[in-house]
Amino acid sequence: MKTSFLSEKRVLSIPPLVYLICLFLIPTIFMIIIAFRVPGSYGGVAPIVEKINNHTQINFSLDSFKFTIDNQFIWQLFLRSLFFSALTTLICLLIGYPLALLIARSPRKYRDILLLLVIIPFWSSFLIRVYAWMIILGPQSGVSYAINFVLGTLGFAPINLLYSSFAVVACLVYINLPFMVLPLYANLEKHDIALIEASRDLGATKSESFWQITMPLSLPGILAGSGLVFIPCIGMFVVPELVGNNCSLMIGNLIKQQFLQTMNWPLGSVTSIIMTLLVLSVSLAVGLMFRRLGGLKYASK
Amino acid sequence: MPILEIQNVSKQFADHLIVNNVSLSIEKGEFFTLLGPSGCGKTTLLRMIAGLNIPDSGKIILEGQDITTMPPEDRPLHTIFQSYALFPHMTVFENVAFPLKMANWDKAKIHLQVEELLEDVQLTKFAKRYPHELSGGQRQRVAIARSLVDRPKLLLLDEPLSALDASLREHMHIELVKLQEETGITFVYVTHDQHEAMALSSRIAVMNFGEIEQLDLPQAVYTRPKTYFVADFLGKCNLLPAEILAKNDNNTLRLRVANYLEFDTSQDNADEFNVGQKGHFAIRPEKINANRQNQYDNLFSHSAKVKGYYYYGESTLYEFLINDEIKIQAMLSNSKNQTIKFFDEGDDVVISFDPHAGDFLAE
Repeated sequence: MKTSFLSEKRVLSIPPLVYLICLFLIPTIFMIIIAFRVPGSYGGVAPIVEKINNHTQINFSLDSFKFTIDNQFIWQLFLRSLFFSALTTLICLLIGYPLALLIARSPRKYRDILLLLVIIPFWSSFLIRVYAWMIILGPQSGVSYAINFVLGTLGFAPINLLYSSFAVVACLVYINLPFMVLPLYANLEKHDIALIEASRDLGATKSESFWQITMPLSLPGILAGSGLVFIPCIGMFVVPELVGNNCSLMIGNLIKQQFLQTMNWPLGSVTSIIMTLLVLSVSLAVGLMFRRLGGLKYASK
Repeated sequence: MPILEIQNVSKQFADHLIVNNVSLSIEKGEFFTLLGPSGCGKTTLLRMIAGLNIPDSGKIILEGQDITTMPPEDRPLHTIFQSYALFPHMTVFENVAFPLKMANWDKAKIHLQVEELLEDVQLTKFAKRYPHELSGGQRQRVAIARSLVDRPKLLLLDEPLSALDASLREHMHIELVKLQEETGITFVYVTHDQHEAMALSSRIAVMNFGEIEQLDLPQAVYTRPKTYFVADFLGKCNLLPAEILAKNDNNTLRLRVANYLEFDTSQDNADEFNVGQKGHFAIRPEKINANRQNQYDNLFSHSAKVKGYYYYGESTLYEFLINDEIKIQAMLSNSKNQTIKFFDEGDDVVISFDPHAGDFLAE
């Protein structure tokens, strides 16, 4: 049967297509063009064709790229973003894996409740949750008081938990944890218990059984969760701005600053493009690894 | 000394007593079968031997050593699971090598041993394949190779053939018996399939509601069932209400069956019964004969009407009615030498049987 030009599938795909073209593709093209333009004297960009003293000047340049590549400060921001994201992913994995395993191995009737508890933070706004952390880590909080009391008795100077790299990573971990737990749970829940029992029966201790069977079978879940945590972390700017200090700014903060405060749009565009490429390459790497794990799709019952 | 002894083992899940005070002992080199309907506790009993469940009370003793609470990895025995439980992320080779790797064998020795086992089950060519790339029968053989690779003292098999189709299953029956004889490893086999149990086992324990109803040789369990459940569960059986009228010498009971048929039946355990005791008279359909002529041998015979039949090919199962109320089934062979003609519904016949071929079963 010949599919008609206006088949159901095509008609249904029009709204998302229009949405993505208008709000993603066109702005991205704008951004790429702006990256090659010249910043305007009063912010934004200078006109492409400009007449100065009777001679016409075309305002296209690679200056913003050169500036970015030569600027150590920008690279430092990129590296820090990668580092914070990787650290956040690792901590989320270390906390999230046992949690997901615990939920997956709980009696069926408790699983939904436990999952609900993981999702509940989403019920309040992202900003409010960060503000809550500002209170938890603030100098007046019980946590700060307790830590500084211990440090004081050991003879160390008190520390400030809030406005630090520690606070940034702590917040990033808190906010992203559910994105690690949910895909891991979805994977672990499908594992056939008979495989664990068989491994024990064939001579594996509890920990050998975990490292030989459960862990390898959950690699797709680990990969999915890590991707879901790592990728949004790279572009994060709210968290470092609210709970970080000058030494914990990330690339998202620079981009925001270039567009909204310094008004250097071309520089903001260049850093945005690099960030987008970074995220794309990470997604690509995750995707490729997924493909290599193809055999594992038979892992579940 | 028996290789495995189970002493008064009980196991409860929530409010359900799954295994109730079971005791049995298995000799070295036996092909021992736990037979029963689903939920009778046979799998739980097997899992307790494997260490995957711990008994609430009682003891499990393997070669004189109490293993009741020993963790499964330390027990010198392996289980073949119903689903085979092959590790999907490991190749056939890695699957078979797993027990040796866990026992810290060195690599070269593992290689030799695994190669040998794969050769035994004719899977050498498939060593690098993953379980999902194999057929059901091949997976079964991987599971067998994996559980025999380190020569366990006991092999537990939990309905290992139930996922295979009928012809492959029959082929595997022969293979399993051969394997057991060749390796000399004691097999404990769990199944709900009576034919399988009778064809494979050296001894059968018939289980129901967490208890062993009868433990004996396959022929004995079939021909001399001790309880109503065993008679009913193993094959087809006519179970007619009966009452003991008198006890004669030489272990014979005078029975009144279905209110008015009266005959003597010999019974090994006649001493256990009393006059007036009620129960059932059990007789297998293949022990009952039928003909149109009145041939009264020294068998018990009675006129009957054909109520219906099921044609099975090699034999036909007839349902007869005596005096329009007592239902009796007869399995009549369709072999060439058989003079019996087909009966039709409503035909008048004479059915006959040797009362000594049946058994009185207490309530």
